[in-house]
Amino acid sequence: MTNIGSYDERVKQFDWSISEKELEYSDGNIINIGWYCSDRICDKGHGGKTALIWEGQGGVEKRFTYNDIRIHSNSIGAYLRSLGIKDEDRVCLFLDRIPELYIGFIGILKIGAIAQPLFSAFGDESLHLRLEDAGTKAILTQRKHVGKVRKVLDQLPRLEHIIVVDHDGKKPLKEKEIAFSMEAAAPVENFEIFPTKAESPSVLHYTSGTTGKPKGVKHVHYSLIGQYLTAKWVLDLRENDIYWCTADPGWVTGTSYGIIGAWSLGVTQCVLDSGFSADAWYSFIERHRVTVWYSAPTAIRSLMKAGKEAVERHDLSSLRHLCSVGEPLNAEAVVWSKEVFGLPFYDTYWQTETGAIMITNVPGMEVKPGSMGKGFPGITALVIDPKTYEPIVEPGRIGLIAFKPGWPSMMRTYWNNEATYLSKFNNGWYLSGDRARLDKDGYFWFVGRDDDVINTGGHLVSPFEVESALLEHEAVAESAVVAKPDEVNMEVVKAFITLKPGFDPNPDLELKIMNFIRKKLSPLAMPQEIEYMDSIPKTRSGKIMRRLLHAKEWGEETGDTSTLEDDE
Amino acid sequence: MDDIKDAVLEYVIEEYVEDEDEEVSFDTPLISGGIVDSFSMVSLKRFLENRYEISIPDEEASPEAFDNVNKITELVKKHLAKKE
Repeated sequence: MTNIGSYDERVKQFDWSISEKELEYSDGNIINIGWYCSDRICDKGHGGKTALIWEGQGGVEKRFTYNDIRIHSNSIGAYLRSLGIKDEDRVCLFLDRIPELYIGFIGILKIGAIAQPLFSAFGDESLHLRLEDAGTKAILTQRKHVGKVRKVLDQLPRLEHIIVVDHDGKKPLKEKEIAFSMEAAAPVENFEIFPTKAESPSVLHYTSGTTGKPKGVKHVHYSLIGQYLTAKWVLDLRENDIYWCTADPGWVTGTSYGIIGAWSLGVTQCVLDSGFSADAWYSFIERHRVTVWYSAPTAIRSLMKAGKEAVERHDLSSLRHLCSVGEPLNAEAVVWSKEVFGLPFYDTYWQTETGAIMITNVPGMEVKPGSMGKGFPGITALVIDPKTYEPIVEPGRIGLIAFKPGWPSMMRTYWNNEATYLSKFNNGWYLSGDRARLDKDGYFWFVGRDDDVINTGGHLVSPFEVESALLEHEAVAESAVVAKPDEVNMEVVKAFITLKPGFDPNPDLELKIMNFIRKKLSPLAMPQEIEYMDSIPKTRSGKIMRRLLHAKEWGEETGDTSTLEDDE
Repeated sequence: MDDIKDAVLEYVIEEYVEDEDEEVSFDTPLISGGIVDSFSMVSLKRFLENRYEISIPDEEASPEAFDNVNKITELVKKHLAKKE
């Protein structure tokens, strides 16, 4: 029997109070995610249970019980408080997937501060934009990343503390830097947790849009109600599971389901802090007897490329439930996983803004390979007409994926950007920015983005951000950035550029520009291909015609080009 | 051969190693060790193709084939031999 039981029955009788009751929460009470993920599990008598099995480079392994998580997060919270960090201050986690990232997240929430996780592969410009926008007061980082913080420190007057969690004393710390060791810190047994309420802010995740700066998506502690129940019903997490979420907490999956979902349910979870290889991943599953695995299509397609033989070299019989998120899961991947693991991957669909799973396949439901599934119980999900914003009822017609606002984990605003937040709603619907169609059985089928944002390996990249960064390179005069189809990552970044006088197009310059973007923004944002042009196609008003370039890459019709300033 | 190894190692250290205290040798795991991610691997492949004037097919540019400097050197050597 699965946790959800009958999907149809759940839909008929659903109320979010199911989750509230299980979490013993009532309207108006204190609700603190940090407490729910550590102290509450200990209070229920599971303090000795393993919460985290962490494996780093070279096979180094560490284990933490729920009581360890409780005490270490208390220590981190107490330390932050001693620095003057208070509720609603933003504290950034700029860390690899080390234990301090997961436990630090809990510690930040316990003091009522806002956790701002950032992908540690971000370059200094990406880091700067996000810290500046959030007005971040403290950052937890590692020796290997502190150089990037130093580069932008002068431009961040509100950043008061740079906390280096692995300082070894070999090199002196610089301005505003302080060393803190979680495991060497004095254990804090009793800690006064900040009494956050449902609408108290909890997490600030940054996401990319078509234009403008990255947007800080503000979530609140009440999001737990959605994250807990979706983890229980969709991921089907149970008491004895060993769960592995492969997402980095720099992205929302890594916090909603790589920390909150699993730990609020008191489940043991694993983390592998190393790069990808099929053998390393399968060995990890085999070694720790992983039962529930939440991964992403890009990883699954990479595993497919490694072949069935790689699977057969390992005993993966512990696996019982597989889920996927980040981008559409192609039908071939579902069919392949059934063949090699004896289990399908269940696709799930949601966004940084939704905070939790919205459209999904659930255990017990017939999986139609290539489909996104159906709306989670309690979620009113549908496709709407992009012009009238009215629901589309006939099967097969493409429209925008929209949700009726009001689910618990919905974002509350974009940080410093209420106007853009409000623009996400129309005619009473939250607009996802994705297009899909419904079939006659009510299953959603993903069609594509409704804007120019690039989804590469399940991560969104803003073409505007890459175009702007390209213009900072000494050789680049003009730039345009679009998605290019890719077998593994679904899409990758492709740049079109014109050069300034005195620069000649050649492969070495292309590589220099690629590396310039990789270091400035991130490896995800690095153009995988650069095409030199004599001029960038623009409208008469000077706007880049990304549509034209996109169509060229995807082999589509270019449509009306009459407004172009220059044709190719 | 040693020239190739040295050149690749130097490039990897200069371009991808963030922690200046980290020691990287010819057999240090690059991809599985998290030093070079799958996206950055494209730029490493491009470096090899530019420098040695070779073309490495995508199916040969696997995480396993790029996992350390020794393996990368073998791959480069193979494609240089094809050129001759």
